[in-house]
Amino acid sequence: MTSFDVVVIGGGHNGLVCATLLAKSGRKVLLLEAGSELGGAARTEEFAPGFRVSSVAHLLNRLHPDVVTGLDLEKHGLNFVLPEQIPSFSLSAKDGPLALTGAYGEDLVGASSSEQVAWRELRAQLFRYAGILKPFLSRRPPDLRGGNSLSETLALGQTALALKKLGKEDMRDFLRVILMNVADLLDEQLTDDRLKGLVAFDAVLGSHLGPRSPTSLLGLYYRLAGEVGGQPGAQLVPKGGMGTVVAAMAASAAKAGVILRTGALVNKIRVENGRAIGVVLENTEEITGAVIVSAADPSTTFLDMVGSRELDTGFVRKIKNIRNQGDAAKLHLALDRAPRFSDLDADAHCGRLVIAPSVDHVERAFNPCKYGEFSPEPVLEITLPSLADPSLAPDGACVLSAVIQYAPYRLKEGWEIGKPKFFKAIMDLLERHAPGIGRLTRHVELLTPADIEERYRMPGGHWHHGELQADQMLMSRPAFGTEGYATPVDGLYLCGAGSHPGGGISGAPGLNAARRIMALER
Amino acid sequence: MKTWDAIVVGGGHNGLVNACYLQRAGLDVLVVEKNDWVGGAATSRELAPGFLYSNCSYVCSLFRPEIMRDLELPRFGLQVIAYEGGAVFTRDGDYLANYRDHDAHRREFARFSKRDAEAYDRYARDVTRQCRFIQPLLMRTAPDPTSLRPRDVGELMYLAKKIWDLGPSQMAETLRFWTMSISDFLDEYFETDVIKANFSISGIIGTALGPMSPGTAYVLLHHYMGEVDGSVGAWGYARGGMGAITKALSASFQASGGTIRTGAEVDKVLVRDGKATGVVLANGEEIFGKLVVSNADVKRTFLKLVEEKELPDIFLRRVRNFKIRGSSGKVNIALDSLPEFPALPKDSPCYRGDMHFTDSVERMERAYDDWKAGRWSADPFLDMMIPTTLDPTMTPPGKHFMSCFVQYCPPKVEGRDWTDADRDAFAETVIAQIADYSPGFRDRIVHMEVRTPRELEAEVGLTEGNIFQGELTFDQLLFNRPVPGYAQYRSPVGGLYMCGSSTHPGGGVMGAPGRNAAAEILRDLSKPTRHMSPAHDVI
Amino acid sequence: MAKTAKISSPYAARIAARGHFRTLRLDTPFQPRIDALMKRNDWYDWGGYRAANSLWDEELEYFAIRSQAALFDISPMVKYGIEGPDAEAFLNRVTLRNVSKLKPGRVHYTAWCDDEGHVLDDGTLFRLSDERFRLCCQERHLPWLLDSAIGYDVSVAEQTEAIAGLALQGPTSFAILRAAGFAGIERLKVFDLADFEHQNGTVTISRTGFTGDLGYELFVSAELALSLWDRLMEAGRLHGIRAIGYTALNRARLEAGLIVANADFSTAEHALRADRVRMPDEIGLGFMVDLEKGHFNGRRAIEIARKNKKLRHILVGLEIEGNIPADHAIVYHRGKKEVGLVSAAGWSPLAKRNIAIASLARPFGDTVTDDLWVEIYALRELKYEKLMKRAKVVPRPFIKLDRRTANPPADF
Repeated sequence: MTSFDVVVIGGGHNGLVCATLLAKSGRKVLLLEAGSELGGAARTEEFAPGFRVSSVAHLLNRLHPDVVTGLDLEKHGLNFVLPEQIPSFSLSAKDGPLALTGAYGEDLVGASSSEQVAWRELRAQLFRYAGILKPFLSRRPPDLRGGNSLSETLALGQTALALKKLGKEDMRDFLRVILMNVADLLDEQLTDDRLKGLVAFDAVLGSHLGPRSPTSLLGLYYRLAGEVGGQPGAQLVPKGGMGTVVAAMAASAAKAGVILRTGALVNKIRVENGRAIGVVLENTEEITGAVIVSAADPSTTFLDMVGSRELDTGFVRKIKNIRNQGDAAKLHLALDRAPRFSDLDADAHCGRLVIAPSVDHVERAFNPCKYGEFSPEPVLEITLPSLADPSLAPDGACVLSAVIQYAPYRLKEGWEIGKPKFFKAIMDLLERHAPGIGRLTRHVELLTPADIEERYRMPGGHWHHGELQADQMLMSRPAFGTEGYATPVDGLYLCGAGSHPGGGISGAPGLNAARRIMALER
Repeated sequence: MKTWDAIVVGGGHNGLVNACYLQRAGLDVLVVEKNDWVGGAATSRELAPGFLYSNCSYVCSLFRPEIMRDLELPRFGLQVIAYEGGAVFTRDGDYLANYRDHDAHRREFARFSKRDAEAYDRYARDVTRQCRFIQPLLMRTAPDPTSLRPRDVGELMYLAKKIWDLGPSQMAETLRFWTMSISDFLDEYFETDVIKANFSISGIIGTALGPMSPGTAYVLLHHYMGEVDGSVGAWGYARGGMGAITKALSASFQASGGTIRTGAEVDKVLVRDGKATGVVLANGEEIFGKLVVSNADVKRTFLKLVEEKELPDIFLRRVRNFKIRGSSGKVNIALDSLPEFPALPKDSPCYRGDMHFTDSVERMERAYDDWKAGRWSADPFLDMMIPTTLDPTMTPPGKHFMSCFVQYCPPKVEGRDWTDADRDAFAETVIAQIADYSPGFRDRIVHMEVRTPRELEAEVGLTEGNIFQGELTFDQLLFNRPVPGYAQYRSPVGGLYMCGSSTHPGGGVMGAPGRNAAAEILRDLSKPTRHMSPAHDVI
Repeated sequence: MAKTAKISSPYAARIAARGHFRTLRLDTPFQPRIDALMKRNDWYDWGGYRAANSLWDEELEYFAIRSQAALFDISPMVKYGIEGPDAEAFLNRVTLRNVSKLKPGRVHYTAWCDDEGHVLDDGTLFRLSDERFRLCCQERHLPWLLDSAIGYDVSVAEQTEAIAGLALQGPTSFAILRAAGFAGIERLKVFDLADFEHQNGTVTISRTGFTGDLGYELFVSAELALSLWDRLMEAGRLHGIRAIGYTALNRARLEAGLIVANADFSTAEHALRADRVRMPDEIGLGFMVDLEKGHFNGRRAIEIARKNKKLRHILVGLEIEGNIPADHAIVYHRGKKEVGLVSAAGWSPLAKRNIAIASLARPFGDTVTDDLWVEIYALRELKYEKLMKRAKVVPRPFIKLDRRTANPPADF
């Protein structure tokens, strides 16, 4: 039987980040990935002969700078060339496209001049407020039991100071809007439906909220607190797909001495006298570790791997109560050639194309998913990654990658019956914006949340391993009692997207978890 | 010409509470009311011969007992009668009842689910804990978190201490509870749809949100933190209709020397050198006062009654951004006999409580979706009751008054103004729903009054007909209510105060805004407040 | 007859049950017999049932327990049937004591806690067979038990209405059961249980009770309740059997030093105030906590509290000078500092002492036990007689009766 200082379960990006940082601190680290390759939901996969795509996450917009430096990712092949950051286009059949260029709309193209002024003001305000919250991304949530270290307490003080520094009126507005819905804020300050639709879409992307749901603005803050290459709000389509990011992480991990094992499905976390002492693989192989870290989602970790028997009933309840049913589907099209979106310049096709023509449209798309129905008029975000990186598709051909909402995990009629219908709704919509796209389509892959669950071992198929809503954030993420990466089981830690601050290719949960483990397990 | 010590604009319950306290502090106070009667949204009106209608608000629980006592309201005729539970009718011909008796309540739930029956105690405990936390805040002025004045800092410390005293796990629960949807909250306790629908009701009444909207768990507290004579969470009827409350208040006010002028609509608040000096009535008459207190909602007060030039831009912007959303309507019906509900046994106490027809959270949420699209709900949520089953003073013997609160009902119909035809169609939707469960219901109707947001705004003066004078979402609670920086009943105009439900702690026939505003005014005047009872203890 | 009509569907059952609002306090299956003996019409509400406080004379009812045999209806007690291959493991996780040590045919007194180690309730656990248990308690816990069952192959069924219960307590209780023809009853040692034939069914009899005396508890399905009552009454006629109410039982349980949930401590699911909940060590149930077994609910919290000395309260037995009952009296140290509260008190006829159960704030009652006082407010003819009486911490039970555990029991 082999023994390690740390055994990390799950080779998604958070698992890799956590494993690497712990290995760098001198620990002997083993990382176990159930799949045949690393990367989890951040892989580049072939979905049709010769066509490759970032299988779940397709945009890089929030990789945490401490992760980039901590793992020396640039040395391991990840290069951010900021000119590669891409603009966002809000497509509207009615009014033509509108573009947010630079880092989240440094310039607004295609809107009236008064709207441009209003947007500049709103954008500055949003970044200012997101900036207040940003430091929380790379810290563990405040400890309500009063166990905050001196530096953690000071950090909270700094947040208070930053709030004060906003000035009286700005601070008041900050406190007013923090739990507000995004639609109201947009309605207060903007008039252009396309712009409002786009921003509203970004706020609710990946969550079970509509733009009129209270607290939906937090989703936008979360988005804007992210950065790429030092540029807050920027986004890019990584060359070679998201797999390159993971490849750089894996290289860094290997360099740091992490032993990476794929095809190693962990069935059980072995607990003895209240302490995690190792894992049991599917093939019954046992591996012991002084510390076990799980990048898997909280419910798999606790209910399947640890098992309710080692946990308290109230805690099991809390884990069961985590809302983790995703609403986002992923569509991959293998196209004979690049599609033409109406009214869009050829080079604009490299950008992020959003079909969310108004706030009301997004809200209407949200309605059915509350009842287990998909949106007949979905909202979506499209990239054509092969335009900038032809290696992803055969010569002349093109890959379309789209994130689509709302597709409830639990479809009332069942996805077997519903999927073709949903696909048709999407294609009808695409056809309206890019006439002829249907005829170009050679191969299709539509991943519903149920598919994502199965393929990536994410119960509920939720990107964030659990809704990222106010009541599941900070001290309540994933549940009070395991909010600071430590768990009720001694020696067992969480480091996945289910933990604070949440999902997206940020590496922040992995980073924070590694720091916490280093502080607690000497 | 006479200069009053204070002029209160609007004779709703908060205006009257405010006026009473000021008058009792020795001020010479005038209440001006645009209608020919006082009461605002707490009225009893004889709209059909012999029938008194509680035609806006219709039940009482939140009205602070401290105020009833201070203002001697029982002496002036106020009596509140607790009512007997209620029921949700189910589409399969059954119903779920709420009984006041703890064990009957449990057995009733057990008819649907043994588990849910035994989950109720924990649910009640958890909600009560939240109520106990929030209740002491009702009768306190919210602190300004940006201020360093000792009073604000002290009040913030009080809040922080209250939160800290909850202990770690309850603190986490509270933080979570405040931002949850009522639907998600209930999912953590119950498995049966009708039971969840039953409890969701309190999360949405008066609110332009559906039960699945985050923040609605908090709204629940606005319906749970009241009491009827010490029976916490209980609801009751004011004997003689809700007008009995404002009738008692005006009698109390007049008995202490106050003056009321009805039929006196205020057109403008007079402002000189940044100070309020009185009001101008619609007929051009000027009335002078050393200070003016507005019972009207914050939008009406500052966008209609005060000249724009008197107000700072940032304040105006925030007032414009204050959300007052019409989401409900009212159908008031005079009946020549007690309606029958075949599902409900004839001797059921539920006839003497609130009755509902929405038996699932989904139906409730779909009703909200209609509202979002600018339509009244095709399958509306009704909060229906027949107060005359307990109160013999409102109708001739054997006849009944039925109050139906209806949600959701938009302020505009698909973007255009309401028409009479819309109103009638809206009423038909409501009557059809009742008639589905009560054969022969239509034949019992003697008279009916239908109030959409249009009527509520025009008659009562509530912007968009919103019963809370502003949404109860986080951006509009505590120090954000009604607008940040002016959450302490004062306004940018010297001597002009706010005392309506737009201010902390918000809506419901509670009286706390009127009382708290009076406390602030008296503080500014350095007058004693000995006649104001401190908040009752939460023990 | 509606009662025997076959209920065809859950919907029909739901409709059939809706008239319950007409009877706010249910009758227990023994009600016709108790009603016939009830002379005082002195009822109270026990969990939604109409239960007797006292039938004819509370003083004499008490002495029936101590000198003959008393029959007390315990049907309103909340009962859960727990069955399945994982039942033992499940109960080990839920409750404090080690259920693996509880053999089939045995009963033990146990308690269970929430995550924070605060007591949810105490109760008795009957091991009917290897995989079948019955849990009897004061409060209702179905959601907690069902949620605790996640991950176990076990079923939990609420059986309060379906199963009737009787306590037969007192020195002649054994003789009565024998006279009633329960062959082999003499083999039951204290905390044993066994099934016996009754009519065409069975009655489960355990040698348990809430009086500190020789006694038994009998459980049958509700239909067999009346015939069981009659059988006992008939057999007990020559042994002085009497039906009694709660007041008498309460005196006996105090002498036995036994505690009652939500009377002597607040259960965690009912406590609104954060400081009212109690850990097992704080109410004298620390002995149940078995750290040798695997994980159980609240274990981590209890271990941490013990380690960090965060146990703030202690439940003690007090002997108070004089003879005035000290119900709900405040306990003082040196007559000045308030250190706790009496939750149950009374004169013990058997011990001839004035006794009480009290909760104190540590270290009082724990390491500081001298100079304790209770302040008794005795209302006498509309005037409070305020008495400051010296109190002494004494071990519980206040009485110890050899007959309770004697084998075989004495046959009077």
